[in-house]
Amino acid sequence: MIRLNAMLAAVLVLCALGLVTSQHRARKLFIDVERAQGKSRQLEVHWNQLQLEQGALATSSLIDSKARKGLAMQPAPPQRTLYLVTEPLAEQTAMVPAR
Amino acid sequence: MSRGLPFASNPLLQVRLPAFRSRLVMLLVACAFLALAARAVYLQVLSNEFLQRQGEVRYGRTLELPASRGKLLDRNGVVLAASLPARAIWAYPEDFKPTPSQLTELARLLQMPERAITKLVANQEKTFVYLKRQVEASVAAQIEELGIAGVHQRKEYKRYYPEADALAHVVGFTNVEDTGQEGMELSRDSVLAGKPGSRRVIRDGRGRTIESLGMLSEPHDGRDLYLSIDSKIQYHAFSALRDAIAEHKAKAGAVVVLDVRSGEVLALANLPTYDPNSRGQLSGAQLRNRVITDTFEPGSTLKPFTTLVALESGKFTPQSMIETAPGRMTIGKHTISDVHAYGALTVEQVLQKSSNVGTAKMALTMPPQKMWEMYSAVGFGQAPDIGFPGAVAGRLRPYKKWRPIEQATMSYGHGISVSLLQLARAYTLFARDGDIVPLSMMRTNEPAQGVPVVSARTNKAVRNMLEMAASASGTAPLAQVPGYRVAGKTGTAHKQEGGRYVNKYISSFVGFAPVSDPRLVVAVMIDEPSAGKHYGGLVAAPVFSRIVGDALRTLRVSPDAPLTGQMIPAGAVREGMR
Repeated sequence: MIRLNAMLAAVLVLCALGLVTSQHRARKLFIDVERAQGKSRQLEVHWNQLQLEQGALATSSLIDSKARKGLAMQPAPPQRTLYLVTEPLAEQTAMVPAR
Repeated sequence: MSRGLPFASNPLLQVRLPAFRSRLVMLLVACAFLALAARAVYLQVLSNEFLQRQGEVRYGRTLELPASRGKLLDRNGVVLAASLPARAIWAYPEDFKPTPSQLTELARLLQMPERAITKLVANQEKTFVYLKRQVEASVAAQIEELGIAGVHQRKEYKRYYPEADALAHVVGFTNVEDTGQEGMELSRDSVLAGKPGSRRVIRDGRGRTIESLGMLSEPHDGRDLYLSIDSKIQYHAFSALRDAIAEHKAKAGAVVVLDVRSGEVLALANLPTYDPNSRGQLSGAQLRNRVITDTFEPGSTLKPFTTLVALESGKFTPQSMIETAPGRMTIGKHTISDVHAYGALTVEQVLQKSSNVGTAKMALTMPPQKMWEMYSAVGFGQAPDIGFPGAVAGRLRPYKKWRPIEQATMSYGHGISVSLLQLARAYTLFARDGDIVPLSMMRTNEPAQGVPVVSARTNKAVRNMLEMAASASGTAPLAQVPGYRVAGKTGTAHKQEGGRYVNKYISSFVGFAPVSDPRLVVAVMIDEPSAGKHYGGLVAAPVFSRIVGDALRTLRVSPDAPLTGQMIPAGAVREGMR
C-alpha cells in the first residue's frame, strides 16, 4: 500500500512537472507565433512601401520626361517603324504533330 | 556532577501542570485553523468571481488588431493608391515642457515653426491637442527618441497616390481618418475600408503576450481593387490634353477612353486637376470630374444618331439627296444656318460636311418619338450606371413637348445636354455592331454583353460616313492617325450663359479606331479654347489623333492602314534596316 502510494505520488509529481514544462513551451511557441505574425505584418507594410516607391519612380510622366530631356530620345513615328507581318497561327498549327 | 541521571527522570517532567492549559492551547490552534478555513471559503467560493476579474485586469489586455485599407491598382497591377502606417503626434499641454533645444528639434522634424507649436499648447485647459497628423513613421521614430515629456503618438494611416495629378479624378482621395472623400475612394469605400478587430491576451511581467484568451472581433483587411484604368494610356491622354489646353489657352478639358469590347474605361482625364498627395486649397473647378459630372450641349457629335434614325426609318439611304442651299433654313421665327453654304448633298455628305440644315431637314421628316427613342436607347437623359459618385443624367426633354424648331436643333446637338461619358458610351454603338455596352470602372477583362439598338447594316453605313468625316475631305482630317483607320465626328457648340448663347465654345471630338476592328472609343472635350481656333476639327481632333495613336501602340494593335505614301526620310530607312 505504501509502495503504491509512493509510486502514485511520484507519477503525480512527474505529471505536474510535465504540465509546467509544456505550459512553458506553449507560451514560448505562442510568443514565437506572435513575433512571426508581427514580422509578417511588418513585411507587408514594407512590401506596400516598396510597391509605392516603385510606382512613384516608374510613373509614365517621370519616364517620359527623363527619356525626352535626360536621354534626348524621341518617339518612333510609324514612318520609321518596320512592321513585320507574320502568321503565327499558321505556323503553330503546322508545328502541332498529327495524332 | 552525577553521571547516572537518566533523561526520563528530568525533574522538570515531574512538575504537574493543570490539564486546562493544554486544552486551551488546543482550542486556540483549532480556532486559528477554523479562521483559515473560513477565509479560504470566503476567497475561493464567495468572492471567487471578483478576484478572478481583478486578476485578469492585471494580466489581461485587450489588443486592438489593426486592419489596413485596400489598395487601388490599375488593370496591370500598378499601384494607384496605397496606405502606409503613419503617426499622429499629440501632446498634453499641461505636461509639455521641452527644453529649448528639444523644441527646436521637434519643430524641425514636424516642419512647423516653433511659435506654431507653442501656440498650440498654450491653452492649458485642453487635455489633448494634435501637433501634427499623418507624420511619416521614420520621422515619428526620431521624435520618440527626443523623449519630450507630454508628447505622445497614435497609430494611423496615410494614403499615397503615386500617379498624382494625372489620375486624381478617378482615384479621388481619403481624409485623415482614412475614409474616402472623392472618386473611387468614396464610391468603393465600403469595400476598401478595413474593419479593425480586437482580442484578449495575457501578458507576462515583461509585457510579452503569452497567451490568447480569444478573439473579441475578427479584423478584416480592406480588399484591393483593380480599376479598369490603364495607367499608360491614362498618361498619354492626360499629357495630350494638357498640351492642347496650353496651346489653345482653354479654360478646361476632359478626355475619356473606352475599350470597345469590354466597356471598360481605360483612361479618364480632366483639367484643371490637383495633386491628391498635397491638397492645400482645392477649388471646385479642380475637383470637378468633367467627364462624368458636367453636361454640355454636344453639338454636331450628335448628328450621327439623327442619321441613324433617318436610315432606320427607310426614308433615306446613304445616297439620298438633300438640298441644303442656301445654307439657311427658317422654322417659325428662328433661322438655322450652316457655316458654309453647300448645294445638294447626299446623306453621306451631310454628315461628312456636318451640315446643320441637311441634318435638320432629315430630322423634320421623322416623328419626334423616333428621335427620342434613339437618344434614350443610347443612354442620353439617364445617368450611366458606372459606380462613380455624381454621375449626371443630362437633359433630354420628353418628345411630346418638342416644338419643330427644337426638334431641328436637337438633331444637331443643341437643346439637349449630355456628359462626355454618355457621349463616348453612345459611340460604342458605331464601334460595335449596332449594340451598346454598359460601362465599367473595374477591370473585367471579358467581353461585355451589348444591348442591340440598330441593325448592323445601318450601323455600318453610318460607320463608313464617320470614317469619311475624319478623312481629308471631312471636317476632321487632323484626327487621322498614321497606320490606323479612324472614324469620328467633330462638335463645336456655343456655350450658354444665363440662357443666351455667347461667343464661347466647347470643341469636341468623339471617334473610334481602328475602323477595321474597333478597339477604342476616345472622346475629347475642350472648354473655351481662346487662342483663335475653336472648331472641333482644329482643337479637339488633333488631341484625339495623338491619344489614339499612342494608345493603340501601347495596346500593340497592329496597323490596319497602309503606311505607303508617307514621307520616309532616307536616313531613317537605313537606320531601320541595319
